[in-house]
Amino acid sequence: MPEREILFREAIAEAMREEMRRDASVFLIGEDVGPSGGIFKCCEGLFDEFGPQRVLDAPIAEAGYIGLSVGAAMTEMRPIAELMFGDFALLAMDQIVNQAAKIRYMTGGQCKVPMTIRLAMGAGRSSAAQHSQSLQAIFAHIPGLKVAVPSTPRDAKGLLKSAIRDDNPVLFFEDKMMYNDKGAVPDEDDFLIPFGQAEVKRAGADATIVATSSMVAVALAAADQLAQEGLDIEVVDPRTLVPLDEETILASVRKTGYALVVDEAPQSYGATAEIAARIGEKAFDYLDAPVLRIGAADLPIPFSPPLEFPTIPDVDRVVRALKAQRGR
Amino acid sequence: MAKKPPAPKRAPKKTAQKKAAKTRGSAPLRAPVDTLWLMYRKMSEIRLFEEHVWDVYTRGLMPGLAHLYIGEEAVAVGTCTALRDDDYITSTHRGHGHCLAKGGQLDRMMAEIMGKEAGYCRGKGGSMHIADMSVGILGANGIVGGGFGIATGAALSAKLRGSDQVSVCFFGDGASNQGIMLETVNMAAAWDLPALYICENNQYGEHTPYQAVTGVEDIADRAKGLGLEGIIVDGSDVLGMHDCVQRAVAKARAGGGPTLIEAKTYRFHGHHVGDAQTYRTRDEAEWWRANKDPIKLLGDYMVAQAIATQEELDAVYKQVEGEVLVAIEFGKDAPLPPPEQAYEDLYA
Repeated sequence: MPEREILFREAIAEAMREEMRRDASVFLIGEDVGPSGGIFKCCEGLFDEFGPQRVLDAPIAEAGYIGLSVGAAMTEMRPIAELMFGDFALLAMDQIVNQAAKIRYMTGGQCKVPMTIRLAMGAGRSSAAQHSQSLQAIFAHIPGLKVAVPSTPRDAKGLLKSAIRDDNPVLFFEDKMMYNDKGAVPDEDDFLIPFGQAEVKRAGADATIVATSSMVAVALAAADQLAQEGLDIEVVDPRTLVPLDEETILASVRKTGYALVVDEAPQSYGATAEIAARIGEKAFDYLDAPVLRIGAADLPIPFSPPLEFPTIPDVDRVVRALKAQRGR
Repeated sequence: MAKKPPAPKRAPKKTAQKKAAKTRGSAPLRAPVDTLWLMYRKMSEIRLFEEHVWDVYTRGLMPGLAHLYIGEEAVAVGTCTALRDDDYITSTHRGHGHCLAKGGQLDRMMAEIMGKEAGYCRGKGGSMHIADMSVGILGANGIVGGGFGIATGAALSAKLRGSDQVSVCFFGDGASNQGIMLETVNMAAAWDLPALYICENNQYGEHTPYQAVTGVEDIADRAKGLGLEGIIVDGSDVLGMHDCVQRAVAKARAGGGPTLIEAKTYRFHGHHVGDAQTYRTRDEAEWWRANKDPIKLLGDYMVAQAIATQEELDAVYKQVEGEVLVAIEFGKDAPLPPPEQAYEDLYA
């Protein structure tokens, strides 16, 4: 299949453009998504192509426009709502958690809520504690929601197209440090990546790193470094936390006997805890050492770079942890 | 807090009865005869349904809580008789009346309230979450103010699809103090969405008088600040309610944007069945029952206009009670859902 190199943010825009062309019920709503193309330029060109009827600049009222998206999704439309920073999802928690996630279930399956909420996540831009959070675990904890955490332009495009076509509310996390990352994307209109299908980003025999979103690149760099020391690391990217492809993760761990889970959110009570627990419950007999976890420090993300960077998991910590796991 | 029985402020001065008496014989009826009967019947249905829910609850035939709509029937019926089947409503925790008025069936509602599989939500929602998407009931909502987003979103959907459907958000004086009202009504006003916001000001948010926690006497006043028209109606006058909603619906269908209507009303019962109501006086409740019972007011009007005799009205009431009793039997006889059904209906 022919491929093109594009940026992560271009992959996001392409996915939305293709789905909006394909399905007239898809529309985009968010702050500054219209003529200005979104603060991270993920919506560039959409307003020009689809006009104000389908690309709606919302007021700065997150609960309000997420709420409208729920109602529109219940009544034949397929909204994509952009939250400029994922942190602002917290203003819309009632709409996401009490309404979007539950309305189908509470009504005995009478309706569906096909909406996608795109959220920029992650630290690394000196944006401080209210613009840097990685909140994926909070939403993965809510039955009724689906959660995607793409790590490459290819995955972002394929997963976002699937999210838009999904008949359920999807929280789609885009790490803002990856928006300008380049990667190959298949040159095909119907390129979809199904939810619940992890990808082995690097095959290896000696240890498994399960990594999400921005941490996949960290894991791959750590694997490169460890290869020089004779360790053959496998990197598994779940790609969606809900549904979670447990089988691919467990199969890898059963093969390697060592597991480390890394995610950019604060370590306590996060995605690393859930994945590590499942490995412990279901692959215990295959483990040669306790499952390790690395997340961000249990702190609000600080502003100043020398304070901010040490709080986020990096290649060094992953390398050291994997070596320590084997007593090296 | 001791309270004087309040007359609804700024409610229309003339009751239906007085106005009819003065103009009898010359003025046209306030609504077609069929509509009057329909309203009488629907309001009776709600009243009797709720009285029997009270009974069902106190006899332990239903789990959970029951918030009764008795006293507010004119708001739901006056509104929903001005709507089409394909128009949308969102309802509240006190939602049985809205659902019945919009076309919900007595038997499936009763079954839902009793937690039965034959209920509208297969026993997953209960009293506070009844929905019937087939007649535009997008759901009663357990979160106070929970309907604002959904109703306004349905209005946006109608507009984007080029449909002339309208969407009605029922909410209470309590919900009017939730921030989501400002956010969503603002968008409806900014974008001329075909939405109606019907505030049922029943004087109390749970146990707290709304005046104690609200900066305005009339919630309709907030409309001005949000950029839409705000109207106050007497929530016990089903005909006044109907006229007002009909005008707002026509305006919304024609692209004229949203309207906020505040109905001054009163819940004859407490916040929920079993509420000791220590926060209000017996006299106050008695005053509303004696002077502002919407069913009695409509019945009196129909008798005064020689459309009905009291005996005919009583016969309808009795007939409806029979239907409610059948619904209760349906609910009682319906099987409980098997536990494995808890795992169904989560994802589409």
